[in-house]
Amino acid sequence: MTDGEPTGTPPPSRGALEIPYRERERSISMDSLDWPVAGTALEPETELLTINLGPHHPATHGVLRLLTTLEGETVRDTQPIIGYVHTGIEKSCEDQEYWKAITFVERMDYLAYYFNAHAFCMSVERLLGEEVPPRAEYLRVIHLELNRVASHLFWLGTAALDLGAVSMLWWSLRERDLVLDLFEMSSGQRLHTRYFQVGGVMEDIPPGFEAKCREFIAQMPGRIDQYEALLDRNEIWLQRMKHTGVVSRERLLELGVTGPLLRAAGEPWDLRKAMPYSVYEQFEFNVPIGTIGDNYDRYRVRMAEMRESVKIVEQALDGLPEGPYITSNRKVALPPRHELATSMEALIHHFKLVTEGFRVPPGEAYVAVESPRGELGCFVLADGSAKPARVHMRDPSFVNLQSLAEMGRGSVIADFIASIAMLDPILGGVDR
Amino acid sequence: MPDATGLELLAQRLRSELGDVAVVGTDFQRDQATLELAPGRIHDALAYLRDDDDEPYEFLASLHGCDYLPEQPRLGVHYQLLSMARRERLAVRTRVDVDLPNVPSVVDLFPTADFQEREVYDFFGVVFDGHPDLRRILMPEDYEGHPQRRDFPMGGEPVLFTFNEHTLPRWYD
Repeated sequence: MTDGEPTGTPPPSRGALEIPYRERERSISMDSLDWPVAGTALEPETELLTINLGPHHPATHGVLRLLTTLEGETVRDTQPIIGYVHTGIEKSCEDQEYWKAITFVERMDYLAYYFNAHAFCMSVERLLGEEVPPRAEYLRVIHLELNRVASHLFWLGTAALDLGAVSMLWWSLRERDLVLDLFEMSSGQRLHTRYFQVGGVMEDIPPGFEAKCREFIAQMPGRIDQYEALLDRNEIWLQRMKHTGVVSRERLLELGVTGPLLRAAGEPWDLRKAMPYSVYEQFEFNVPIGTIGDNYDRYRVRMAEMRESVKIVEQALDGLPEGPYITSNRKVALPPRHELATSMEALIHHFKLVTEGFRVPPGEAYVAVESPRGELGCFVLADGSAKPARVHMRDPSFVNLQSLAEMGRGSVIADFIASIAMLDPILGGVDR
Repeated sequence: MPDATGLELLAQRLRSELGDVAVVGTDFQRDQATLELAPGRIHDALAYLRDDDDEPYEFLASLHGCDYLPEQPRLGVHYQLLSMARRERLAVRTRVDVDLPNVPSVVDLFPTADFQEREVYDFFGVVFDGHPDLRRILMPEDYEGHPQRRDFPMGGEPVLFTFNEHTLPRWYD
């Protein structure tokens, strides 16, 4: 394999293949480890054992394979091996018109689909110079924050499940189902709704949505109290959360970690506050932060974020402006259905959009949003045609995964499992 | 975001620091500042932007590649820099040719670039000199070609079944 020496020549792309495939499976050698491992004063006294965690293991939250070196029960090093669910979504997007690519990008981080679609739509809107009507922005914020609650609820259930608290999964999924019911009301789908469009949203919310949503936000704070009552005084939970998986704030910043992991270490960096996009500057909410950045802080930060999200949804429902839910630019957005029967022009626009899509002027845009896992950036390169020349998602799970080795080093393997759970990687987003 | 004037001033500072050849050009459109740098000087330039500049960018938010086919040089590597203190973003871009796709690695400056440079190497074949462990990351290790290049065909890869795995190249070495 490439040994990291600076070379002035093209890569040994053929040379690497001379090593037999099965040999390369074992290519991670212990020689690459520095002894003693940085941060620990322990010398290896016992034999090292290398085990595979995953890829098919429920505690890895997907198909994440961790080649873990153990000394007794202590994790000495770990190397994430990813790519098991790589499906080439970014490549597939290059073969789709812009409005069809939304369907693809939603499937990257499959628990935060609204965020993927939002980042992509905002990139395309910036390239087009398209304004989004205020009602559409509010509807987007409502769905984004509901999605954040749903994503954190799923994290809470699976994380507690990893630590043996099976009942948490059922409680948190019960509330997550209420959110999915709301998504079903507004778009007809529970997952991968494709509700966001370039220039706005697909449809206005139906009658009854607001009442049902208010019912949800009224009961949600009480539900979070109940989760905390289950976990916060649970001796097992506290013992396994507190002072495990600590990574310093400076190191997290070097590793590019964002989102709840970074905020748990005391850095109040939330793109919704720091660099407001959409209409987030119109809402009042707090950015919860932790102190030392252990697993307990990560848990507390996410719980507090759910409360803040509920507050944002409530404010957005209160201030929901009247008006169109999608831009009136017929070059970008489909005309209303009823116009097709009477207006020739609407029919032409409809036909052009459906068969060809819309053209985007050449340029490139990078837009970042705060997803439940951190900075989700979408880079779109447009070449003037109706299909993007490049779509890249800077997925927070992918970048945050680099901090896993540092979280695990020196901890016992049971705490390492807790660290994976608190890292909250979504492998669909990691592998894309 | 630095405005158009700020971007020019920044480019001027880089030129005086690293020589005129370091900065290929500046691009300010749609409220986004992009600095295009010579591939050979990217490490020095990012080190300067991180540490020595009056307006430093200490956080590398994203590193990704793209293919500018049919333009030459084809391959692009983008560095999305972020200053959390000033809440500003700066895009740095460099372009290399497919025949000599060498860019200095910035892993020593920004450890977050580790996975992301491996991804760009995997998908575009850009070689990051000085990267500690430049292997494929998402594609299988014995994969041939760089699938995100624009001349790599969609679906140009045979699907592996039990009946054809012996005939597919290099599967059982």
